[in-house]
Amino acid sequence: MERHEAGGKQEALRKPFRWHILVFLLPAATVYTLVMIYPLAETLRLSLFREVDNSPIFVGLANFADLFFDSRWSDQFWNALWNNIYFFIVNMLVQNPIGIALAALLSIPRLRGRSFYRTAIFLPTLLSFVIVGFGWKLILSPLWGVAPTLLDFVGLKFLFAPWLGKEAYALTTVALVSVWQFIGLPMILIYAALLSIPEELMEAAECDGVTGFAQFWKIKLPLILPTIGIISILTFVGNFNAFDLIYTMQGALAGPNFSTDLLGTLLYRTFFGHQLQLGDPHMGATVATMMFLIILSGVALYLFVIQRRITRYQM
Amino acid sequence: MRISNRSLTRSALVHLILGGYTIIALFPVILIAINSFKSRKAIFRSPLSFPDTDSFSLIGYETVLKQGDFFGYFLNSLSVTLVSLFFVLLFGAMAAFALSEYRFRGNTLTGLYLALGIMIPIRLGTVAILQMMADLQLVNTLWSLILVYTAQGLPLAIFILSEFMRQISDDLKNAGRIDGLSEYVIFYRLVLPLVRPALATVAVFTMIPIWNDLWFPLILAPGEETKTITLGAQVFIGQFVTNWNAVLAALTLAIVPVLILYVIFSRQLIAGITSGAVK
Repeated sequence: MERHEAGGKQEALRKPFRWHILVFLLPAATVYTLVMIYPLAETLRLSLFREVDNSPIFVGLANFADLFFDSRWSDQFWNALWNNIYFFIVNMLVQNPIGIALAALLSIPRLRGRSFYRTAIFLPTLLSFVIVGFGWKLILSPLWGVAPTLLDFVGLKFLFAPWLGKEAYALTTVALVSVWQFIGLPMILIYAALLSIPEELMEAAECDGVTGFAQFWKIKLPLILPTIGIISILTFVGNFNAFDLIYTMQGALAGPNFSTDLLGTLLYRTFFGHQLQLGDPHMGATVATMMFLIILSGVALYLFVIQRRITRYQM
Repeated sequence: MRISNRSLTRSALVHLILGGYTIIALFPVILIAINSFKSRKAIFRSPLSFPDTDSFSLIGYETVLKQGDFFGYFLNSLSVTLVSLFFVLLFGAMAAFALSEYRFRGNTLTGLYLALGIMIPIRLGTVAILQMMADLQLVNTLWSLILVYTAQGLPLAIFILSEFMRQISDDLKNAGRIDGLSEYVIFYRLVLPLVRPALATVAVFTMIPIWNDLWFPLILAPGEETKTITLGAQVFIGQFVTNWNAVLAALTLAIVPVLILYVIFSRQLIAGITSGAVK
């Protein structure tokens, strides 16, 4: 709008206001602002208020103090936060190395059946959490006995336990199911990055006698570091926002005894309530704000530190 | 001779690893599908074998079709996904065109503002979104979902499409301008057809999370009339936990649409990723 006035003053010199730019931008900007940015900002604002006698009262950071220190909330919050960090670490350490290894194998020149492998390994990524969650729940169930039978094939039957029902194993098991589901993403992105490495570079390496594993480790890996950075931040955002898989496999109470509780399931329970407590929008907003801050700091760390430190090679 | 032997072992090893992982990736899906066609006894007695004339049974599917309105859920999912997709593509392409074509004050800033949503999940605004939808009386309508998914899909769509639109030659558009075409006609007739492959890529990326989402249907539209197939399957399975035939049949029915879409679009999807659409 400023532009319009400025144009008005110097009508003879300047082009007329270009309405079409506004027309092109307005629908997207309106929906995005009203349905995404405004609710985000409003959620941050709600976390500073509390409901007293049916009217919201400004309480500053008191909700956050409760969340961190008042045992009604803090036990669950710290539990969910540590679980979430553990969930992220398992995903990073298992999903990404295996994804990179699969991509490296897929990008071997003249590999037969490449597109079949690629399509099959990517398939779980597209399945909904309901399918993935319940499917694995059935497979791991001691009632059905598929998992012990399979372990018996390889002589490891003694390893079987009802993993999802044991506090000590449940979170790791759910994290590994999440790895199974999303491994296609790092695989396909790394695969694309490996394909974009020029042929001549590899030929030069072969002339110098750098082949096989050494070639991957010393030449290709440094070249795909930026993509590994992207995968890491995508995993981070996805993991600290995860809800669906826990909800379908372990329910809103993230059992057994909250051992699989993540920030997402905590947000759901705090906001909507469950058997043991009433829902509270303001505490819900407080949990959401913490998730926002965690994700924002992860993204900022990536954009301003990691991404700048990574050496990029012109190819 | 030694060299060719070595490369043979090496390629066998590669196929062993890739094939092994392929089995891990497909095994659960196949296991669910084959057991959904078996009688309850056979599901437990021999879960790993294919159904034969003895064990074949459609009892699970009969229960699903009788008890749950899966066809209605499916239509809900389909309309929410298609309408959201339409708005994401249309509004996204328009905004991407404005950002990539014109130089105006605040261009970079607008681009950054619209890109914020790529990394920050819309889910974190749920508390306020529910409040807003309640105020607008949109709770338990498909429109609440469509609005949320349109907002959710726009940032990435705008980002990818403007990257592609920057590559279109100026000569073509300027020739159009000399011929007296308006900016709207240039967008619709010249630019849109040229970015069709990018639109298809964006469509696939937008579609999958919408179809699979459980959070917003659960919160904004849990009513029987507005249940999506993902939520419908979740609720149905929750009610029929002990009826394994029904659960396996419901899971298989939920897999089928995704599988069909994947077979149709997998080339497009993987080509889109490998061509660098998301770099």
